[in-house]
Amino acid sequence: MIEFRHLSKTYKTADKEIVALEDINLTINDGEIYGIIGLSGAGKSTLVRCINLLEKPTSGKVFIDGKDITILDNKSLLELRRTIGMIFQGFNLLDQRSVIRNVTFPLEVSGVSMDRARVRAMELLEIVGLKDRANSYPSQLSGGQKQRVAIARALATNPKYLLCDEATSALDPNTTRSILDLLKEINKTMGVTIVVITHEMKVIEQICDKVAVLDKSKIVEEGDVKEVFINPISDIAKELILPKEGNNFGIHKGRKVRLTFRSEYSGKPLISAMVLECKTSVNILFADTKEMDGGIYGHMVIGLPDDEKEAERIIAWLKNSSIEWQEEV
Amino acid sequence: MFSEMFIKLWQNGIIQKGIWETIYMTVTSSAIAYIIGLPIGVILNITDKDGIYPIPWLSTILGFIVNFFRSIPFIILMVAMLPVAKFFVGVSLGNKAMIVMLVIAAAPYIARMVESSLKEVNAGVIEAAKAMGANNFQIITKVLLPEAKPSLIIGAVISMVTILGYSAMAATIGGTGLGQIAVSYGHQRFNPDITWCCVFLTVIIVQIIQEVGTWIAHKSDKRYKN
Repeated sequence: MIEFRHLSKTYKTADKEIVALEDINLTINDGEIYGIIGLSGAGKSTLVRCINLLEKPTSGKVFIDGKDITILDNKSLLELRRTIGMIFQGFNLLDQRSVIRNVTFPLEVSGVSMDRARVRAMELLEIVGLKDRANSYPSQLSGGQKQRVAIARALATNPKYLLCDEATSALDPNTTRSILDLLKEINKTMGVTIVVITHEMKVIEQICDKVAVLDKSKIVEEGDVKEVFINPISDIAKELILPKEGNNFGIHKGRKVRLTFRSEYSGKPLISAMVLECKTSVNILFADTKEMDGGIYGHMVIGLPDDEKEAERIIAWLKNSSIEWQEEV
Repeated sequence: MFSEMFIKLWQNGIIQKGIWETIYMTVTSSAIAYIIGLPIGVILNITDKDGIYPIPWLSTILGFIVNFFRSIPFIILMVAMLPVAKFFVGVSLGNKAMIVMLVIAAAPYIARMVESSLKEVNAGVIEAAKAMGANNFQIITKVLLPEAKPSLIIGAVISMVTILGYSAMAATIGGTGLGQIAVSYGHQRFNPDITWCCVFLTVIIVQIIQEVGTWIAHKSDKRYKN
């Protein structure tokens, strides 16, 4: 279990102080895939680095399995880091080392014999599907393959936690999907708790159980991914889930309603029923469905008819239905 | 086409000996200078404010000493360091003394070369090593130096060529080598062909060092392996 208590981080520059994190309180339970989402500059990279103390908090505490890690001496800190794997946006492989020797690196560092390290590295390369590339060099691999090597390397010491700092941001959509599937599988089969830092909602949707939304150094929203997705409260969460850019809400000058679909009735033809029963038409301005935990969840924004009576009929119909909805401004 | 003097020098093996002495001085002083310059370069890099073990005052003082020696013209440094040579090798004249001068001049130069090579190592890779629990010594020996290897080799080659150039001034303190032949047989006795011959031989040695060094650096660099 990872716990942040009143964690703050401030950077001092010559002429001013920059607040990176402000009073962060968060609990990440064992076995979870926990997502931390925010725009760049929100402080999420700093936050994840407070878990292995690559960044030292200015105030507040970080507990790992109940132990306060902010008071560890240097030797204990190195040992702690060996139990927390980390992968990065830029992969950060050692270019001058072969794939297998990249994977053995953390083992060499912890004093494991080279023979044992090699055996362990081959097991991991098999898990990530790169056993046949053991003697290649990073420059000979694609981005996705590099990240797989980085994952194998991060898992070499059998860590209980895996930190992913924008691990898929440099990858194309298909590769992103396959890397996320691999992370999910690792979480399931090895029981590794994974902390995912990202600015992409689709990463959160695809693998996370829980999510915290970080905005301007603070956590503005936190909870189960489904709940946050269906009912985002903070502006930044709304922005991330219902992107303002690229939609065409603007073409509809009249009233707009946002409908939220949950699994139970996402298979039913609700819009058709509404249109037939209200005897009027609506304009679909935005629609998006996601598959999470095997269920379908979705948002739809519809433009109501210009005729006030017809619009009211739809509102009345919605009030009578079990659909979650709210009027968009 | 060659003067009598040249033929005499060649027949007596003086030119051949000059080539050997130049190579000997260059290689020996490069090796010793590297042994001194490498750790200084590492310390400069890691104690820098962005390094893995920042000690700003040490980095500043060391940087100042390095700059001090680097800013003295070699010919002046040579004269100033005569007592130092005497202290280390017992003599202040000749090739042995010359090697001491070359080491004093080259070590700070190599330290800066090493420092800048290490600076090129991707900060993300160092961060990854830290995240894996590597201590500073492991970061130096397993990350910084191996990752910078191709660049370090290139730097060593450049330093060696510079040292070769300096070694031509050996005659000033009674040393030998191609430089001394060019000055005393070529220039002072009006045999331009001897001077040009020494220039030509030096160019060849430089080319060989440069080409072989670049080849080794490229060969060792796994970033270009296909």
